[in-house]
Amino acid sequence: MTALYILNRHLTVFRRTFWANLTFNFIEPFLYLSAMGLGLGSLITEINGMSYMQFIAPGMVASAGMWAATFECTYSSFLRLHYQKTFHAVLCTPTTVVDVVIGDIVFGALKSMVFGAIILLVIGLWGQVQSAWALTIPLFLVLPGLVFSLLGLSYTGITPHIDYLNYYITLFITPLYLFSGIFFPISSMPAWVQTFAWFSPLFHSVEVCRALVLGNITGSLWYHIAVLIGFIIVLAWVPVHLLQKRLIN
Amino acid sequence: MTYVVQAKNLVKSFGEVQALKGISFAVEKGVCFGFLGHNGAGKSTTMRMIYGLSTVDQGSLQLMGETIRLTPPHLKRVMGVVPQEDNLDADLSVIENLEVHGVYFGMGRREARKRGLELLDFMGLLGKEHANVEELSGGLKRRLVIARALINQPSLVILDEPTTGLDPQARRLVWQKLRWLKGQGVTLILTTHYMEEAAQLCDRLVIMCEGSILAEGSPEKLVKNHVQPYVVEVHLPAEQLPSNFDNRVQSLGAEASYIANGVFLFTADGAALWQQLGELGLPQHSCQLRATHLEDVYLKLTGRGDLGA
Repeated sequence: MTALYILNRHLTVFRRTFWANLTFNFIEPFLYLSAMGLGLGSLITEINGMSYMQFIAPGMVASAGMWAATFECTYSSFLRLHYQKTFHAVLCTPTTVVDVVIGDIVFGALKSMVFGAIILLVIGLWGQVQSAWALTIPLFLVLPGLVFSLLGLSYTGITPHIDYLNYYITLFITPLYLFSGIFFPISSMPAWVQTFAWFSPLFHSVEVCRALVLGNITGSLWYHIAVLIGFIIVLAWVPVHLLQKRLIN
Repeated sequence: MTYVVQAKNLVKSFGEVQALKGISFAVEKGVCFGFLGHNGAGKSTTMRMIYGLSTVDQGSLQLMGETIRLTPPHLKRVMGVVPQEDNLDADLSVIENLEVHGVYFGMGRREARKRGLELLDFMGLLGKEHANVEELSGGLKRRLVIARALINQPSLVILDEPTTGLDPQARRLVWQKLRWLKGQGVTLILTTHYMEEAAQLCDRLVIMCEGSILAEGSPEKLVKNHVQPYVVEVHLPAEQLPSNFDNRVQSLGAEASYIANGVFLFTADGAALWQQLGELGLPQHSCQLRATHLEDVYLKLTGRGDLGA
Protein backbone atom coordinates (compact mmCIF):
# COMPACT_ATOMS: atom_id res chain seq x y z
CA MET A 1 0.00 0.00 0.00
CA THR A 2 2.74 2.48 0.94
CA ALA A 3 4.38 1.82 -2.45
CA LEU A 4 1.40 3.70 -3.89
CA TYR A 5 2.64 6.78 -2.02
CA ILE A 6 5.91 6.57 -3.92
CA LEU A 7 3.97 6.16 -7.14
CA ASN A 8 1.95 9.23 -6.18
CA ARG A 9 5.21 11.19 -5.95
CA HIS A 10 6.35 10.01 -9.38
CA LEU A 11 3.00 10.81 -10.95
CA THR A 12 3.12 14.32 -9.45
CA VAL A 13 6.51 14.84 -11.09
CA PHE A 14 5.27 13.21 -14.32
CA ARG A 15 2.40 15.68 -14.56
CA ARG A 16 4.88 18.56 -14.25
CA THR A 17 7.25 17.21 -16.87
CA PHE A 18 4.83 15.41 -19.18
CA TRP A 19 5.43 17.43 -22.34
CA ALA A 20 9.21 17.43 -21.99
CA ASN A 21 9.09 13.68 -21.37
CA LEU A 22 6.74 13.12 -24.25
CA THR A 23 8.90 15.00 -26.73
CA PHE A 24 12.04 13.09 -25.77
CA ASN A 25 10.43 9.67 -25.80
CA PHE A 26 8.36 10.31 -28.91
CA ILE A 27 10.91 11.90 -31.23
CA GLU A 28 13.51 9.14 -31.24
CA PRO A 29 11.24 6.21 -32.19
CA PHE A 30 9.46 8.51 -34.63
CA LEU A 31 12.76 9.37 -36.33
CA TYR A 32 13.75 5.71 -36.51
CA LEU A 33 10.37 4.80 -37.93
CA SER A 34 10.62 7.52 -40.57
CA ALA A 35 14.26 6.92 -41.49
CA MET A 36 14.19 3.14 -41.53
CA GLY A 37 10.61 2.72 -42.70
CA LEU A 38 10.72 5.24 -45.50
CA GLY A 39 14.44 5.20 -46.28
CA LEU A 40 15.38 1.55 -45.96
CA GLY A 41 11.80 0.56 -46.76
CA SER A 42 12.15 1.94 -50.28
CA LEU A 43 14.98 -0.56 -50.90
CA ILE A 44 13.39 -3.59 -49.21
CA THR A 45 10.25 -4.67 -50.96
CA GLU A 46 8.95 -7.26 -48.52
CA ILE A 47 9.80 -9.13 -45.31
CA ASN A 48 7.76 -12.20 -44.32
CA GLY A 49 4.97 -11.07 -46.61
CA MET A 50 4.69 -7.52 -45.30
CA SER A 51 6.18 -4.14 -46.20
CA TYR A 52 9.31 -3.09 -44.33
CA MET A 53 7.37 -0.29 -42.63
CA GLN A 54 4.77 -2.81 -41.46
CA PHE A 55 7.56 -5.05 -40.20
CA ILE A 56 9.38 -2.48 -38.08
CA ALA A 57 6.39 -0.44 -36.81
CA PRO A 58 5.37 -2.87 -34.01
CA GLY A 59 9.01 -3.14 -32.97
CA MET A 60 9.09 0.63 -32.56
CA VAL A 61 6.18 0.37 -30.13
CA ALA A 62 7.96 -2.33 -28.13
CA SER A 63 11.26 -0.45 -28.14
CA ALA A 64 9.60 2.82 -27.05
CA GLY A 65 8.37 0.93 -24.01
CA MET A 66 11.83 -0.46 -23.35
CA TRP A 67 13.55 2.91 -23.59
CA ALA A 68 10.98 4.61 -21.36
CA ALA A 69 11.33 2.04 -18.56
CA THR A 70 15.09 1.91 -18.96
CA PHE A 71 15.67 5.66 -18.72
CA GLU A 72 13.27 5.96 -15.79
CA CYS A 73 14.91 3.22 -13.75
CA THR A 74 18.50 4.13 -14.60
CA TYR A 75 19.16 7.86 -14.96
CA SER A 76 16.07 9.10 -13.10
CA SER A 77 16.42 6.57 -10.30
CA PHE A 78 20.14 7.28 -10.04
CA LEU A 79 19.42 11.00 -9.62
CA ARG A 80 16.93 10.22 -6.87
CA LEU A 81 19.35 7.81 -5.21
CA HIS A 82 22.59 9.75 -5.36
CA TYR A 83 22.14 13.42 -6.16
CA GLN A 84 18.74 14.42 -4.88
CA LYS A 85 18.76 11.86 -2.04
CA THR A 86 15.02 11.53 -2.54
CA PHE A 87 15.08 7.90 -1.41
CA HIS A 88 16.85 8.89 1.82
CA ALA A 89 14.11 11.41 2.57
CA VAL A 90 11.43 8.86 1.74
CA LEU A 91 12.97 6.28 4.07
CA CYS A 92 12.67 8.67 7.00
CA THR A 93 8.91 8.14 6.70
CA PRO A 94 6.99 4.89 7.29
CA THR A 95 7.88 3.67 3.78
CA THR A 96 10.48 0.93 3.24
CA VAL A 97 13.06 0.03 0.58
CA VAL A 98 10.55 -2.49 -0.82
CA ASP A 99 8.06 0.37 -1.27
CA VAL A 100 10.70 2.51 -2.97
CA VAL A 101 11.54 -0.30 -5.39
CA ILE A 102 7.92 -1.16 -6.14
CA GLY A 103 7.15 2.54 -6.68
CA ASP A 104 10.00 2.94 -9.16
CA ILE A 105 9.34 -0.33 -10.97
CA VAL A 106 5.63 0.26 -11.34
CA PHE A 107 6.23 3.82 -12.52
CA GLY A 108 8.78 2.56 -15.06
CA ALA A 109 6.21 0.07 -16.35
CA LEU A 110 3.58 2.79 -16.46
CA LYS A 111 5.85 5.02 -18.54
CA SER A 112 6.56 2.06 -20.78
CA MET A 113 2.84 1.68 -21.32
CA VAL A 114 2.23 5.39 -21.95
CA PHE A 115 5.09 5.91 -24.40
CA GLY A 116 4.44 2.63 -26.18
CA ALA A 117 0.80 3.70 -26.55
CA ILE A 118 1.85 7.01 -28.07
CA ILE A 119 3.99 5.28 -30.71
CA LEU A 120 1.12 2.85 -31.29
CA LEU A 121 -1.08 5.86 -32.01
CA VAL A 122 1.52 7.20 -34.44
CA ILE A 123 1.80 3.94 -36.37
CA GLY A 124 -1.98 3.71 -36.34
CA LEU A 125 -2.25 7.15 -37.93
CA TRP A 126 0.40 6.01 -40.40
CA GLY A 127 -1.88 3.16 -41.41
CA GLN A 128 0.35 0.40 -40.03
CA VAL A 129 -2.15 -1.20 -37.63
CA GLN A 130 -4.17 -4.04 -39.10
CA SER A 131 -6.05 -5.45 -36.13
CA ALA A 132 -8.13 -4.25 -33.19
CA TRP A 133 -6.00 -6.59 -31.06
CA ALA A 134 -3.45 -3.77 -31.15
CA LEU A 135 -5.58 -1.97 -28.57
CA THR A 136 -4.37 -4.50 -25.99
CA ILE A 137 -0.72 -3.56 -26.59
CA PRO A 138 -0.53 -0.81 -23.92
CA LEU A 139 -1.76 -3.30 -21.35
CA PHE A 140 0.72 -5.92 -22.55
CA LEU A 141 3.60 -3.40 -22.39
CA VAL A 142 3.33 -3.45 -18.61
CA LEU A 143 5.09 -6.85 -18.66
CA PRO A 144 8.22 -5.89 -20.63
CA GLY A 145 8.05 -2.53 -18.84
CA LEU A 146 8.40 -4.33 -15.50
CA VAL A 147 11.27 -6.45 -16.83
CA PHE A 148 13.25 -3.45 -18.12
CA SER A 149 12.49 -1.49 -14.95
CA LEU A 150 13.81 -4.34 -12.81
CA LEU A 151 16.92 -4.70 -14.95
CA GLY A 152 17.57 -0.94 -14.98
CA LEU A 153 17.04 -0.48 -11.25
CA SER A 154 19.25 -3.48 -10.47
CA TYR A 155 22.08 -1.96 -12.50
CA THR A 156 21.46 1.41 -10.84
CA GLY A 157 21.78 -0.35 -7.49
CA ILE A 158 25.35 -1.37 -8.22
CA THR A 159 26.59 1.48 -10.38
CA PRO A 160 29.00 3.79 -8.55
CA HIS A 161 28.76 6.80 -10.89
CA ILE A 162 26.23 8.17 -13.34
CA ASP A 163 28.70 7.78 -16.23
CA TYR A 164 28.63 4.01 -15.72
CA LEU A 165 25.01 4.01 -16.82
CA ASN A 166 26.29 4.61 -20.37
CA TYR A 167 27.82 1.13 -20.28
CA TYR A 168 24.44 -0.34 -19.51
CA ILE A 169 22.85 1.51 -22.41
CA THR A 170 25.67 0.88 -24.90
CA LEU A 171 26.60 -2.67 -24.00
CA PHE A 172 23.23 -4.09 -23.00
CA ILE A 173 20.21 -2.08 -24.15
CA THR A 174 21.52 -1.07 -27.59
CA PRO A 175 22.44 -4.66 -28.59
CA LEU A 176 18.96 -5.73 -27.49
CA TYR A 177 17.52 -2.94 -29.60
CA LEU A 178 19.49 -4.06 -32.66
CA PHE A 179 19.21 -7.84 -32.32
CA SER A 180 15.68 -8.48 -31.06
CA GLY A 181 13.89 -8.70 -34.38
CA ILE A 182 12.85 -5.08 -34.79
CA PHE A 183 14.76 -4.24 -37.96
CA PHE A 184 15.18 -7.69 -39.51
CA PRO A 185 13.83 -11.18 -38.80
CA ILE A 186 15.91 -13.07 -36.29
CA SER A 187 15.53 -16.22 -38.43
CA SER A 188 17.84 -14.59 -41.01
CA MET A 189 20.65 -14.27 -38.47
CA PRO A 190 23.31 -16.81 -37.38
CA ALA A 191 22.26 -19.42 -34.83
CA TRP A 192 24.05 -17.72 -31.92
CA VAL A 193 22.15 -14.49 -32.57
CA GLN A 194 18.91 -16.45 -32.55
CA THR A 195 19.88 -17.99 -29.22
CA PHE A 196 20.79 -14.56 -27.87
CA ALA A 197 17.43 -13.21 -29.01
CA TRP A 198 15.52 -15.80 -27.01
CA PHE A 199 17.14 -14.41 -23.86
CA SER A 200 16.20 -10.88 -24.87
CA PRO A 201 13.04 -9.57 -23.17
CA LEU A 202 12.70 -7.15 -26.08
CA PHE A 203 12.53 -10.00 -28.58
CA HIS A 204 9.50 -11.46 -26.78
CA SER A 205 7.95 -8.02 -26.51
CA VAL A 206 8.45 -7.38 -30.23
CA GLU A 207 6.97 -10.76 -31.17
CA VAL A 208 3.82 -10.11 -29.13
CA CYS A 209 3.44 -6.51 -30.36
CA ARG A 210 3.88 -7.59 -34.00
CA ALA A 211 1.32 -10.36 -33.62
CA LEU A 212 -1.21 -8.01 -31.99
CA VAL A 213 -0.70 -5.29 -34.61
CA LEU A 214 -1.14 -7.77 -37.46
CA GLY A 215 -3.86 -9.79 -35.77
CA ASN A 216 -1.82 -13.05 -35.90
CA ILE A 217 -3.14 -14.38 -32.62
CA THR A 218 -1.71 -17.84 -31.92
CA GLY A 219 -0.97 -19.91 -28.84
CA SER A 220 2.75 -19.10 -29.11
CA LEU A 221 2.01 -15.62 -27.75
CA TRP A 222 1.45 -17.21 -24.35
CA TYR A 223 4.94 -18.64 -24.58
CA HIS A 224 6.43 -15.13 -24.98
CA ILE A 225 4.25 -13.80 -22.19
CA ALA A 226 5.33 -16.67 -19.92
CA VAL A 227 9.00 -15.91 -20.61
CA LEU A 228 8.46 -12.24 -19.66
CA ILE A 229 6.66 -13.27 -16.46
CA GLY A 230 9.57 -15.62 -15.74
CA PHE A 231 11.99 -12.69 -16.06
CA ILE A 232 9.88 -10.69 -13.59
CA ILE A 233 9.80 -13.52 -11.06
CA VAL A 234 13.55 -14.13 -11.29
CA LEU A 235 14.49 -10.44 -11.08
CA ALA A 236 11.91 -9.22 -8.57
CA TRP A 237 14.08 -9.33 -5.44
CA VAL A 238 17.35 -8.19 -7.02
CA PRO A 239 16.88 -4.38 -6.88
CA VAL A 240 15.40 -4.64 -3.38
CA HIS A 241 18.51 -6.41 -2.17
CA LEU A 242 20.90 -4.03 -3.97
CA LEU A 243 19.15 -0.83 -2.91
CA GLN A 244 18.83 -2.08 0.66
CA LYS A 245 22.62 -2.36 0.72
CA ARG A 246 22.95 1.10 -0.79
CA LEU A 247 20.46 2.93 1.40
CA ILE A 248 20.69 1.24 4.78
CA ASN A 249 24.15 0.77 6.24
CA MET B 1 11.32 6.25 33.83
CA THR B 2 10.34 5.67 30.18
CA TYR B 3 12.70 7.28 27.77
CA VAL B 4 11.90 8.29 24.20
CA VAL B 5 15.34 7.08 23.18
CA GLN B 6 17.65 4.94 25.26
CA ALA B 7 20.98 3.67 23.98
CA LYS B 8 23.29 1.28 25.80
CA ASN B 9 26.80 0.56 24.56
CA LEU B 10 25.95 1.33 20.94
CA VAL B 11 28.63 0.22 18.51
CA LYS B 12 28.71 0.93 14.79
CA SER B 13 31.48 0.11 12.36
CA PHE B 14 31.95 0.89 8.69
CA GLY B 15 34.56 -1.56 7.50
CA GLU B 16 37.67 -0.99 9.57
CA VAL B 17 36.41 2.31 10.99
CA GLN B 18 34.55 2.20 14.29
CA ALA B 19 32.18 5.17 14.09
CA LEU B 20 30.59 4.54 17.49
CA LYS B 21 32.57 2.93 20.28
CA GLY B 22 29.94 1.85 22.76
CA ILE B 23 27.99 5.01 23.56
CA SER B 24 25.14 5.19 26.07
CA PHE B 25 22.59 7.94 26.58
CA ALA B 26 18.91 8.41 27.39
CA VAL B 27 16.51 11.06 26.14
CA GLU B 28 13.52 11.98 28.27
CA LYS B 29 10.19 13.00 26.79
CA GLY B 30 9.72 16.69 26.00
CA VAL B 31 13.35 17.76 26.30
CA CYS B 32 15.85 19.05 23.77
CA PHE B 33 18.79 16.65 23.84
CA GLY B 34 21.94 17.66 22.03
CA PHE B 35 24.94 15.93 20.50
CA LEU B 36 27.89 18.24 20.31
CA GLY B 37 31.00 17.27 18.44
CA HIS B 38 33.26 17.79 15.49
CA ASN B 39 32.59 16.34 12.04
CA GLY B 40 33.19 12.61 12.21
CA ALA B 41 32.57 12.43 15.96
CA GLY B 42 29.68 9.98 15.42
CA LYS B 43 26.74 12.36 15.81
CA SER B 44 25.17 11.72 12.42
CA THR B 45 25.74 7.97 12.68
CA THR B 46 23.77 8.02 15.92
CA MET B 47 21.01 10.06 14.28
CA ARG B 48 20.84 7.74 11.27
CA MET B 49 20.40 4.80 13.64
CA ILE B 50 17.52 6.54 15.36
CA TYR B 51 15.70 7.50 12.17
CA GLY B 52 16.30 4.21 10.45
CA LEU B 53 19.02 4.61 7.82
CA SER B 54 21.57 2.64 9.83
CA THR B 55 21.34 -0.62 11.69
CA VAL B 56 22.60 -1.26 15.21
CA ASP B 57 25.74 -3.43 15.10
CA GLN B 58 26.12 -4.05 18.84
CA GLY B 59 24.54 -2.74 22.01
CA SER B 60 20.92 -1.87 22.46
CA LEU B 61 18.79 0.96 21.11
CA GLN B 62 15.28 1.48 22.45
CA LEU B 63 12.82 3.83 20.80
CA MET B 64 9.64 4.58 22.72
CA GLY B 65 10.39 1.54 24.85
CA GLU B 66 10.84 -0.80 21.87
CA THR B 67 14.23 -2.41 21.26
CA ILE B 68 15.15 -2.08 17.61
CA ARG B 69 17.92 -3.07 15.22
CA LEU B 70 16.47 -0.99 12.37
CA THR B 71 13.74 1.53 13.11
CA PRO B 72 10.42 0.03 11.95
CA PRO B 73 7.81 2.03 9.99
CA HIS B 74 5.36 2.34 12.90
CA LEU B 75 7.98 4.19 14.96
CA LYS B 76 8.94 6.42 12.04
CA ARG B 77 5.30 7.46 11.91
CA VAL B 78 5.77 9.63 15.03
CA MET B 79 9.15 11.02 13.97
CA GLY B 80 10.16 14.06 11.99
CA VAL B 81 13.63 14.15 10.49
CA VAL B 82 15.77 17.10 9.45
CA PRO B 83 18.79 15.48 7.84
CA GLN B 84 22.17 17.13 7.52
CA GLU B 85 21.78 17.64 3.79
CA ASP B 86 18.83 19.37 2.16
CA ASN B 87 17.32 16.35 0.44
CA LEU B 88 14.26 18.23 -0.76
CA ASP B 89 12.60 16.89 -3.87
CA ALA B 90 13.99 19.13 -6.58
CA ASP B 91 11.39 17.86 -9.07
CA LEU B 92 8.56 19.30 -7.01
CA SER B 93 7.43 22.77 -5.93
CA VAL B 94 7.57 23.93 -2.32
CA ILE B 95 4.00 22.97 -1.48
CA GLU B 96 4.22 19.72 -3.45
CA ASN B 97 7.24 18.75 -1.35
CA LEU B 98 5.07 19.01 1.74
CA GLU B 99 2.03 17.37 0.17
CA VAL B 100 3.96 14.39 -1.15
CA HIS B 101 5.81 13.98 2.15
CA GLY B 102 2.50 14.05 4.00
CA VAL B 103 1.18 11.33 1.70
CA TYR B 104 4.17 9.13 2.66
CA PHE B 105 2.73 9.26 6.18
CA GLY B 106 -0.65 8.12 4.93
CA MET B 107 -2.27 11.57 4.92
CA GLY B 108 -4.76 12.45 2.22
CA ARG B 109 -3.53 14.89 -0.41
CA ARG B 110 -5.95 17.61 0.68
CA GLU B 111 -5.13 17.17 4.37
CA ALA B 112 -1.40 17.26 3.58
CA ARG B 113 -1.82 20.45 1.56
CA LYS B 114 -3.75 22.14 4.38
CA ARG B 115 -1.14 21.13 6.93
CA GLY B 116 1.61 22.12 4.49
CA LEU B 117 0.24 25.63 4.13
CA GLU B 118 0.05 25.97 7.93
CA LEU B 119 3.69 24.90 8.18
CA LEU B 120 4.79 27.29 5.45
CA ASP B 121 3.14 30.02 7.47
CA PHE B 122 4.83 28.76 10.66
CA MET B 123 8.27 28.77 9.01
CA GLY B 124 7.75 32.12 7.28
CA LEU B 125 7.55 30.62 3.79
CA LEU B 126 4.02 31.57 2.86
CA GLY B 127 4.03 33.10 -0.62
CA LYS B 128 6.70 30.69 -1.78
CA GLU B 129 4.40 27.68 -2.11
CA HIS B 130 4.56 27.50 -5.90
CA ALA B 131 8.27 28.25 -6.18
CA ASN B 132 10.60 25.52 -7.37
CA VAL B 133 12.85 24.25 -4.62
CA GLU B 134 15.96 25.19 -6.58
CA GLU B 135 14.85 28.84 -6.56
CA LEU B 136 15.07 29.01 -2.76
CA SER B 137 18.10 30.32 -0.90
CA GLY B 138 20.00 27.99 1.45
CA GLY B 139 18.20 29.45 4.47
CA LEU B 140 14.76 29.05 2.92
CA LYS B 141 15.54 25.48 1.90
CA ARG B 142 16.54 24.69 5.47
CA ARG B 143 13.31 26.15 6.77
CA LEU B 144 11.40 24.07 4.23
CA VAL B 145 13.20 20.91 5.39
CA ILE B 146 12.13 21.70 8.95
CA ALA B 147 8.56 22.35 7.80
CA ARG B 148 8.61 19.01 5.97
CA ALA B 149 9.77 17.26 9.15
CA LEU B 150 6.69 18.57 10.97
CA ILE B 151 4.08 17.52 8.38
CA ASN B 152 3.04 14.43 10.39
CA GLN B 153 2.86 16.34 13.70
CA PRO B 154 5.68 14.25 15.18
CA SER B 155 6.26 13.77 18.88
CA LEU B 156 9.99 13.30 18.25
CA VAL B 157 11.97 15.53 15.89
CA ILE B 158 15.54 14.66 14.97
CA LEU B 159 17.60 17.55 13.70
CA ASP B 160 21.02 16.80 12.26
CA GLU B 161 22.88 20.12 12.19
CA PRO B 162 19.72 22.09 11.41
CA THR B 163 21.34 25.49 11.13
CA THR B 164 24.62 24.72 9.39
CA GLY B 165 25.21 27.29 6.68
CA LEU B 166 22.51 29.68 7.88
CA ASP B 167 23.11 33.36 8.54
CA PRO B 168 22.66 34.56 12.16
CA GLN B 169 19.13 35.89 11.58
CA ALA B 170 17.95 32.67 9.95
CA ARG B 171 19.61 30.65 12.69
CA ARG B 172 17.79 32.58 15.40
CA LEU B 173 14.49 32.17 13.60
CA VAL B 174 15.02 28.40 13.54
CA TRP B 175 15.92 28.43 17.24
CA GLN B 176 12.75 30.33 18.01
CA LYS B 177 10.65 27.76 16.14
CA LEU B 178 12.41 24.87 17.87
CA ARG B 179 11.80 26.44 21.27
CA TRP B 180 8.13 26.76 20.39
CA LEU B 181 8.00 23.09 19.42
CA LYS B 182 9.61 22.09 22.69
CA GLY B 183 7.00 24.19 24.46
CA GLN B 184 4.37 22.05 22.74
CA GLY B 185 5.86 18.92 24.32
CA VAL B 186 7.77 17.74 21.26
CA THR B 187 11.02 15.93 22.06
CA LEU B 188 13.95 17.32 20.08
CA ILE B 189 17.20 15.53 19.38
CA LEU B 190 19.74 17.84 17.89
CA THR B 191 23.27 17.56 16.61
CA THR B 192 25.38 20.62 16.18
CA HIS B 193 28.90 21.89 16.22
CA TYR B 194 27.75 25.35 17.20
CA MET B 195 28.33 25.85 20.92
CA GLU B 196 25.91 28.72 21.14
CA GLU B 197 23.19 26.63 19.54
CA ALA B 198 23.75 23.82 22.01
CA ALA B 199 23.78 26.23 24.94
CA GLN B 200 20.66 28.06 23.75
CA LEU B 201 18.50 25.07 22.93
CA CYS B 202 19.57 21.97 24.80
CA ASP B 203 18.32 20.89 28.21
CA ARG B 204 20.90 18.15 28.22
CA LEU B 205 23.70 17.32 25.86
CA VAL B 206 26.56 14.97 25.29
CA ILE B 207 29.97 15.93 23.98
CA MET B 208 31.22 13.41 21.46
CA CYS B 209 34.68 12.85 20.10
CA GLU B 210 35.95 10.03 17.87
CA GLY B 211 32.86 7.87 18.41
CA SER B 212 32.79 8.19 22.21
CA ILE B 213 30.86 10.33 24.68
CA LEU B 214 33.23 12.43 26.75
CA ALA B 215 30.71 14.17 29.00
CA GLU B 216 26.98 14.52 29.55
CA GLY B 217 24.79 17.04 31.38
CA SER B 218 23.01 20.34 31.05
CA PRO B 219 25.07 23.10 29.42
CA GLU B 220 25.35 24.89 32.77
CA LYS B 221 26.42 21.75 34.63
CA LEU B 222 28.99 20.87 32.01
CA VAL B 223 30.55 24.29 32.38
CA LYS B 224 30.40 24.08 36.16
CA ASN B 225 31.82 20.55 36.35
CA HIS B 226 34.57 20.75 33.76
CA VAL B 227 36.00 24.26 33.80
CA GLN B 228 36.49 27.05 36.33
CA PRO B 229 34.24 30.12 36.06
CA TYR B 230 36.80 32.35 34.32
CA VAL B 231 39.41 31.98 31.65
CA VAL B 232 42.23 34.16 30.44
CA GLU B 233 42.97 33.52 26.79
CA VAL B 234 46.62 34.18 26.08
CA HIS B 235 47.21 35.37 22.52
CA LEU B 236 50.89 34.52 22.42
CA PRO B 237 52.63 31.59 20.73
CA ALA B 238 53.66 28.94 23.27
CA GLU B 239 57.35 29.50 22.50
CA GLN B 240 57.09 33.11 23.74
CA LEU B 241 55.81 32.07 27.16
CA PRO B 242 58.21 32.55 30.06
CA SER B 243 60.07 29.57 31.48
CA ASN B 244 58.46 27.45 34.16
CA PHE B 245 55.13 28.94 33.03
CA ASP B 246 52.85 26.08 34.13
CA ASN B 247 54.19 26.03 37.69
CA ARG B 248 53.88 29.81 37.99
CA VAL B 249 50.26 29.62 36.76
CA GLN B 250 49.57 26.85 39.26
CA SER B 251 51.06 28.87 42.11
CA LEU B 252 48.46 31.56 41.35
CA GLY B 253 45.68 29.01 41.76
CA ALA B 254 44.98 28.76 38.02
CA GLU B 255 45.33 25.95 35.50
CA ALA B 256 46.96 26.25 32.09
CA SER B 257 45.48 24.30 29.18
CA TYR B 258 47.14 24.16 25.78
CA ILE B 259 44.38 23.81 23.21
CA ALA B 260 45.06 23.83 19.50
CA ASN B 261 47.62 26.65 19.22
CA GLY B 262 46.36 28.71 22.17
CA VAL B 263 46.88 28.86 25.92
CA PHE B 264 43.88 29.04 28.24
CA LEU B 265 44.30 29.90 31.94
CA PHE B 266 41.26 28.66 33.86
CA THR B 267 40.67 30.26 37.26
CA ALA B 268 38.05 30.73 39.95
CA ASP B 269 38.97 34.39 40.41
CA GLY B 270 39.31 36.09 37.07
CA ALA B 271 39.88 39.59 38.41
CA ALA B 272 42.76 38.46 40.65
CA LEU B 273 44.47 36.53 37.87
CA TRP B 274 44.08 39.51 35.54
CA GLN B 275 45.94 41.69 38.03
CA GLN B 276 48.70 39.10 38.37
CA LEU B 277 49.41 38.67 34.67
CA GLY B 278 52.53 40.81 35.06
CA GLU B 279 53.94 38.27 37.51
CA LEU B 280 53.53 35.65 34.80
CA GLY B 281 55.35 37.83 32.33
CA LEU B 282 52.23 38.29 30.18
CA PRO B 283 51.30 41.73 28.84
CA GLN B 284 47.57 42.43 29.35
CA HIS B 285 47.14 43.55 25.74
CA SER B 286 47.98 40.00 24.65
CA CYS B 287 45.33 38.47 26.90
CA GLN B 288 41.57 38.41 27.20
CA LEU B 289 39.59 37.73 30.38
CA ARG B 290 36.08 36.33 30.08
CA ALA B 291 33.61 33.99 31.74
CA THR B 292 33.93 30.38 30.64
CA HIS B 293 31.28 28.82 28.41
CA LEU B 294 30.45 25.57 26.68
CA GLU B 295 33.11 25.97 24.01
CA ASP B 296 35.79 25.97 26.71
CA VAL B 297 34.41 22.69 28.03
CA TYR B 298 34.44 21.23 24.54
CA LEU B 299 37.96 22.41 23.78
CA LYS B 300 39.27 21.25 27.11
CA LEU B 301 37.70 17.80 26.86
CA THR B 302 38.50 17.13 23.25
CA GLY B 303 41.74 19.06 23.14
CA ARG B 304 40.90 20.34 19.69
CA GLY B 305 40.11 23.71 18.23
CA ASP B 306 39.00 22.53 14.81
CA LEU B 307 35.28 22.16 15.31
CA GLY B 308 34.38 22.76 11.75
CA ALA B 309 37.20 20.71 10.29
